[in-house]
Amino acid sequence: MSANEVKHAGLNLGDTDEVTHEQAGEGIFGFWVFLMSDAIVFALLFATYGVMLPGTAGGPTPASEYDMKSAFIETLLLLTSSFTFGLASIAMKHELGRVRLQFWLGITLLLGLAFLGFELHDFASMFSDGAYGSRSGYLSSFFGLVPLHGLHVFFGSLWIVVMMVQVSWFGLDARVKINLLRLGLFWHFLDIVWVGIFSVVYLQGLI
Amino acid sequence: MFLALAGCGAFHDSFFNAAGPIAGQERHLFIIVSIVMLFVIGPVLILTPIIAWHYRLSNTKHAYRPHWSFSWILEFFIWVPPTLIVIGLSFLLWNYTHKLDPYRPIESSQPTLEVRAVSLDWKWLFIYPRQHVATVNMLAIPAGRPVHIEMTSGTVMQSLMIPQLAGQIYTMGGMTTQLHIQADHPGTYTGQNTQYNGEGFAKQKFAVNALAPQQFDEWIAHVRATGKPFDAKAYHHLFEKSVEKQPILFSSAPDGLFQRILDRYHPTARASDTNPEVIRP
Amino acid sequence: MIVHAHDFFTLLGKIDLHSFAFVRAWRDPSLNQVIAAGAASMVVIGAIALVLLITWLKKWRYLWDEWLTSLDHKKIGIMYIVLAFVMLSRALIEAVLMRTQQAMAVNTPGIVSPDHFAELFSTHGSIMIFFVAMPLLTGLINFVMPQQIGARDVSFPLLNSVSLWLTGAGAGLMMASLVIGKFSTGGWSGYPPFTELTYNAGVGPDYWIWAVTLSSLGSTLTGLNFAVTIYKKRAPGMHLMRLPLFCWTALCTSILMIFAMPPLTVATAMLALDRYLGFHFFTNGMGGNMMNYANLFWLFGHPEVYILILPAFGVYSEVVSAFSSKRLYGYTSLVLATMAIAVLSFTVWLHHFFTMGQNADINGFFGIATMTIGIPTGVKIYDWIWTMFRGEVRFTVPMLYSIAFMMTFVLGGMSGILLAMPPADYLVHNTLFLVAHFHNMLIPGMLYGMIAGYTYWFPKAFGFRLHEGWGKAAFVCWVVGFYLAFMPLYALGLAGVARRTHELFDPAFRPWLIVAEVGGLILLTGLALLFVQLYVSIRDRENNRVPVGDPWDGRGLEWANAAPAPEYNFALIPQVHSRDTFAWRKEHDCAYDPPDEYRDIEMPRNSMSGVIIGVCGGLAGFGLVWHIWWLAALPVLGVIATVIARSFARDVHYTIPAAKVAAEHGEWLRLIRETRPVDRFQETSPANRGLAARVP
Repeated sequence: MSANEVKHAGLNLGDTDEVTHEQAGEGIFGFWVFLMSDAIVFALLFATYGVMLPGTAGGPTPASEYDMKSAFIETLLLLTSSFTFGLASIAMKHELGRVRLQFWLGITLLLGLAFLGFELHDFASMFSDGAYGSRSGYLSSFFGLVPLHGLHVFFGSLWIVVMMVQVSWFGLDARVKINLLRLGLFWHFLDIVWVGIFSVVYLQGLI
Repeated sequence: MFLALAGCGAFHDSFFNAAGPIAGQERHLFIIVSIVMLFVIGPVLILTPIIAWHYRLSNTKHAYRPHWSFSWILEFFIWVPPTLIVIGLSFLLWNYTHKLDPYRPIESSQPTLEVRAVSLDWKWLFIYPRQHVATVNMLAIPAGRPVHIEMTSGTVMQSLMIPQLAGQIYTMGGMTTQLHIQADHPGTYTGQNTQYNGEGFAKQKFAVNALAPQQFDEWIAHVRATGKPFDAKAYHHLFEKSVEKQPILFSSAPDGLFQRILDRYHPTARASDTNPEVIRP
Repeated sequence: MIVHAHDFFTLLGKIDLHSFAFVRAWRDPSLNQVIAAGAASMVVIGAIALVLLITWLKKWRYLWDEWLTSLDHKKIGIMYIVLAFVMLSRALIEAVLMRTQQAMAVNTPGIVSPDHFAELFSTHGSIMIFFVAMPLLTGLINFVMPQQIGARDVSFPLLNSVSLWLTGAGAGLMMASLVIGKFSTGGWSGYPPFTELTYNAGVGPDYWIWAVTLSSLGSTLTGLNFAVTIYKKRAPGMHLMRLPLFCWTALCTSILMIFAMPPLTVATAMLALDRYLGFHFFTNGMGGNMMNYANLFWLFGHPEVYILILPAFGVYSEVVSAFSSKRLYGYTSLVLATMAIAVLSFTVWLHHFFTMGQNADINGFFGIATMTIGIPTGVKIYDWIWTMFRGEVRFTVPMLYSIAFMMTFVLGGMSGILLAMPPADYLVHNTLFLVAHFHNMLIPGMLYGMIAGYTYWFPKAFGFRLHEGWGKAAFVCWVVGFYLAFMPLYALGLAGVARRTHELFDPAFRPWLIVAEVGGLILLTGLALLFVQLYVSIRDRENNRVPVGDPWDGRGLEWANAAPAPEYNFALIPQVHSRDTFAWRKEHDCAYDPPDEYRDIEMPRNSMSGVIIGVCGGLAGFGLVWHIWWLAALPVLGVIATVIARSFARDVHYTIPAAKVAAEHGEWLRLIRETRPVDRFQETSPANRGLAARVP
């Protein structure tokens, strides 16, 4: 295995194309930096949630609002989708054919959409309890954090659709590959954030 | 120099003209640090022009060493003395910050006077919980006695400062902050809000009257006798935007008035108070 | 179907006739409203005049092809600086208006109403930070840094254009607020609950939120772009410890942008949620807490101070070294000091609110952390002094600014240490002392550095030097004006005068205020003289051309190419052998050796994506400000569509053939052979064609 292959695990750009490898290095490093910046946003929202947790203003509390079963299902959906994205990356790296790549991307997309469906259902049931963001500081911090993650998943799903179209349109050219790798980073990042949300936000419901 | 400044008319209300122990010590710290800093910046002010001028291009009588760029001795003098000065200042800072913590009661043989302050648009309410009177835009205190002010805001965040007596502390709605002040001698000082809060901001000033103990008791009696009653109308007026031309004296202040203002921002507030900030979906 | 009038106004959200500054002035022709309408008409007339001028000169296509859609980092940098100077003009006029108001309003209401005054200090602060200081440093880094590290462009040229246009969109919103509606009265820091809906129902805080948010998104992306560029695009041999100091400061600033802009975005987004959806992040009560805002805002705000000052430190490092014809003293010290400042800047934010009632331990900790930053900052000043030591100092315009900076900045350092002492801060916080302090840091610190950098690198951008005499005249104004404008504010602050006060009540303040006002006018003159200098320099450009490209006997790679530099910067990516590479090469007589071979060069094609995204961002912001929901939603969809469409574009590069590069480079080498080298005595004379004589 050459040094270049090690550089971009999950990406097979061939040993011959030195320039593309360099561009990939830059593009992917840049995306990492973006994710770090995005991580700061989430970190601050987590911190705000932690500080505002007591500010329920006599309204709904974590214990009264969180549906642990649903949150658990969402966790499973998102974790599985990370796994299936990993399978898509393997299909790309080992050139196992476009069909397989598209298949795993499609599965990931469906899992992402299912996650969003459950999440919207959670929000709807919270709304029906009168647990709006405008009810209390605590609920503001909840609706500042969790739906932002949902919005990320939505855009991630949109990105998967775009990439599926591009795979069928362009095949696996260098740009498609690099973008798939970035999308993978993004998708796994969302998974990590969700683990944080599940542990920091939803597990509060058990207390 | 500072005392000379204090004499100027413009500095009449300044902390340079301190009239109490807190502002006095804060001024003391200010002056010490200023003097230390003069020694720190002095070398830069002297060296920069001298070196720049001496090594000017047209001066042929100086050495030119384009490759010289490092000296351990200079590095030592660049890094170590400033570090030592900062360490020294840190001790000073730590001690004074604790000694002059606005929450720290002033040590005194005299009993402390309790006052509650509420910042409003664009005026100040002062409540004397033991004396059961209240005022707007007039803070009378007994000279020589420590005063403990517990404060909150009935509106946006503001900041209470009486430069001749003590530095400032913010007031915030639904929360309390504290400040300890003391005036050494009878006199009139100016207090103000320093945090911009709208149109009337510039005029949100109040007089601080430090009175001799005897006079203070007389003043309380005077307020009780001649002040306006604190009725519902007076209460509601507090939360209307207004600039008061004259101080208002209230002959009575209901028990728990301060708490009631704090509670405006909590959902357990009494039914009679409608919270202006609840926006229901 | 019949469209009713009120349907029409629903389409326009909250806009009605009274929103327009002209209509307000028509209905109430007071001096206050007339001033507002005058400002609005300057915006409108300025815009119309610009459009007419471009049309008359038939320059639309040129402008679009060569500038607006360009991804060339040099052009993007120049556009940033143009934007900064336009905004600087407005914000400086506002400053003079505020000084005039205060000088007049001793026991009288003065010329502007309290609300109008509040708008003035809010726009002045917001513009100076987000639309003057940030574009200046971003523009300068954009122009200089890739050339200094031996790169052809930044890592993500399109992203660079997007950042520019997002910043431009924010600036556009600031300008729109002059004409339609009113701006925030909450200051540049926009503290709630004053900026919450309960206390500020108008559109002002919304203008502030969206203008700042657009600019902070742009800056986050800029930081990302610069940091990746410096890490990944350095020429071979350009180790980190060979980077010019300006690049080090650019790197630290970029890292600060990546980590410090998100807190601002979070804070403004939360404030927006409070205002638009009735959330309770920062409201009084209902579980809201404005102290969270103070923490979030200053978690951005303090690193922001160093985002602003570090690139200026970088400029001083370059300028002092170049105009002393000498290596920078204590390079390693300077790098360490820069990094130390960057790291420490995240540990001091609480000193912006010592007065919020936290306990003495916390205040003490943050006070000490704040003073600690003074150490590396002091180290830097001494490093510049020792750089002049045993040098050949020339008092050119950039050097004059550097010397004035060193001697003035330390005064700000002194007041900074005073403010770092919590008990002293209790006395002067929120007073004009604080205002004087941060202007003392930002004008002599940041702005002098930026003007020095502008003067220093101008010949590289346009191929001719700026006029020296007018530059010195402007310099005198900037220095004298600064002292006159701000030393009185120190005194007034000590006297207990609160900042942001539109009326004063003690006649004893008046002399100080009048001196400050004169200072403000002199600063404005300084700006006017910079424009005169630019005009005179363009008029006399043939006399001041420096086509060879090295007018100052420079030391870094950015001087190793022609002036103006070719779009690809370097015919061949240079090999770096040492620090101050270009100086090293000149000493070894190999600065202008022809390369062994030329290669094809691939450069990014122009793209209109950046323009579209920026315009969409601005329109969405405007729609949100005025609750015009269709206008808020459609451009957002436009942005998404543009990003997706762009991801399908494949033909995004063009190739410059080796033969063309060889011809251009050969022409330049021929020019060098024909040019007479000049020594440093002739540096500012027309004899200087950009070829430096070998130092004996």
